[in-house]
Amino acid sequence: MKALALTSYTATSCIGRGVEATLAALRERRTGLERCAFETVTLDAFVGEVAGVDEAPLPPGLREYECRNNRLAQLGLVQDGFAEAVRRSAGRHGRERVGVFLGTSTSGILETELAYRRRDPASGALPAEFRYRGAHNTFSLAAFAREALKLAGPAVVISSACSSSAKVFASARRAIEAGLIDAALVGGVDSLCLTTLYGFHSLQLMSRGPCRPFDLARDGISIGEAAAFALLEPAGASLDGDAVLLLGVGESSDAYHMSAPHPEGRGARAAMLAALETAALDPSDIEYINLHGTGTPSNDEAESRAVSGVLGTQVPASSTKGATGHTLGAAGALEAVICALALRHGLMPAGVNTNEVDPALAVHYLLENRAAPLSRVMSNSFGFGGSNCCLIFGRGG
Amino acid sequence: MTALEASVDGIGLVGPGIANWPDGARMLTGETPWVHSPTRLPPLQCLPSAERRRTGAVVRLALTAGLEATERAGVDAARLPAVFTSSGGDGENCHEICQVLASADRQLSPTRFHNSVHNAAAGYWGIATGATAASNALCAYDASFGAGLLEALTQVVVEGTAVLLIAYDASYPEPMRSARPIADAFGVALVLSPKAGAASLARVVTTLGRAPTDRMPDAALESLRTSIPAARSLPLLAQLARRTAGSVVLDYLDGERLTVQVRPCL
Repeated sequence: MKALALTSYTATSCIGRGVEATLAALRERRTGLERCAFETVTLDAFVGEVAGVDEAPLPPGLREYECRNNRLAQLGLVQDGFAEAVRRSAGRHGRERVGVFLGTSTSGILETELAYRRRDPASGALPAEFRYRGAHNTFSLAAFAREALKLAGPAVVISSACSSSAKVFASARRAIEAGLIDAALVGGVDSLCLTTLYGFHSLQLMSRGPCRPFDLARDGISIGEAAAFALLEPAGASLDGDAVLLLGVGESSDAYHMSAPHPEGRGARAAMLAALETAALDPSDIEYINLHGTGTPSNDEAESRAVSGVLGTQVPASSTKGATGHTLGAAGALEAVICALALRHGLMPAGVNTNEVDPALAVHYLLENRAAPLSRVMSNSFGFGGSNCCLIFGRGG
Repeated sequence: MTALEASVDGIGLVGPGIANWPDGARMLTGETPWVHSPTRLPPLQCLPSAERRRTGAVVRLALTAGLEATERAGVDAARLPAVFTSSGGDGENCHEICQVLASADRQLSPTRFHNSVHNAAAGYWGIATGATAASNALCAYDASFGAGLLEALTQVVVEGTAVLLIAYDASYPEPMRSARPIADAFGVALVLSPKAGAASLARVVTTLGRAPTDRMPDAALESLRTSIPAARSLPLLAQLARRTAGSVVLDYLDGERLTVQVRPCL
């Protein structure tokens, strides 16, 4: 595939607003996970909540999109000059030539959950102020971003659970390569809600403590929330060494089970191989892997089999979910931005919270940060329904 | 203006008063009148019984349309990448979850939760057919069909592969139904491929534009078109059913529409 440049990128999660704060937290090996005090949730769990989301109302004119998810999106879009970069891109290419491809799993469903508590006792009706299109609908995120940034090109939300905002890179890349658009706003936003907290609890997939991916004693995920975005544009001729490029994308389906990964990591393997093929790279070209690494016993086991099968056992790897929590539909984009920071700053971030790597997992899992110039890194994202996506990023120059 | 070109190799259709594509094609050409009756979904034989018990009507809707399209195209469903697109996914399941979360105990069923993902139909499709290629799960509110068509066509054009597109929508129960009225269940599937082959029904060339949307000449079918997001596909389906060359304009996002030129393969 033709490489695309990430001409601007930003991330906001429980470890910080914007790339500087995110990088500082990774350098300090700081986790943003705290005991869950979200809404009225009474689960014994840790979550990665972004501070101050509720205090950041949407601008006038965009109030129909009010919900926690779009507030988090707004908070994320204004970091690092990202919204300005999108506007400049629209100025260069034309508003209708910039597409919007965003991932979310639950969009603004929290609003619906709260509205169901306020149903009319007699008729069962939802409160009159309930807004379906702007808050509940899965597309609300892309509709909001498109309107907030005054874009007029194609727009879509990809909602394939935890691979959502990795897959947006694949779809955006195709739209650019097909000539449908010249640039794409890609990213993911997912926010805390009761559906995912009580849902993962019902599947017994939530850790009671901060999640410990790849640890011998790992016992589940910690849910986080995040907004992460990148602006994808064709890579120009004069890229310097600081430029970050999307080099490869691979997608696959497990065709196995709705909520459990294929035990051999069959789909994960296929996605990684496809990503290497589109990037025209050999397995030995990959210098760091940002693992999906959710921290459930079976996910990490399946992923380690896939990774060792494709790349061997020596490539430094870590999951950053011990720091950020599993941000579900935002995880792919958040970890893409972390990969961009890794490339830009020569940092392989350690997996935090993990004390003793499970010896049964044949992956070179980093417990300490490592500084080294990086030129090719990989990011894995796998979701419910067996939806897998692997991205490869590299440096320009 | 970029034009995305593909062949339509197979069509699946199920909706109110429409049992399958030949049935729907007769109504869309006016050969038989379209008479409204609630959408009837056949039982799914393709899923193992344990999985079948876990699936709701929405998954049945998507899989029914997809299976018909792949059978008519004479292609192995296991080998095709698939693009699923839906405005609301499984509204019944969503309602049940919100109801439980508003209750005192908040104990969700694990099956309800894993069925709540927007890509549930895509997941069950993989389990049913063994398809391990990429699958996608899209939403663009009322523009979901158009968004799915663009995604499928860019896959055809850029990856050079045949792709299965499945657009489907079903009603919410109350109280969500009042906030988002979707009249009934409607599913449409197209097998799209790069080159015209023996099975190809037509070549279609799609561009983004702003020409006025084509409406259905029949008032009842026009009402069907506007009352279910996936039924925004009806003008294209009618043109394909007529087996004549022509151009249709489909609703997409506000202010943006899709122009599809159709050229039948003889």
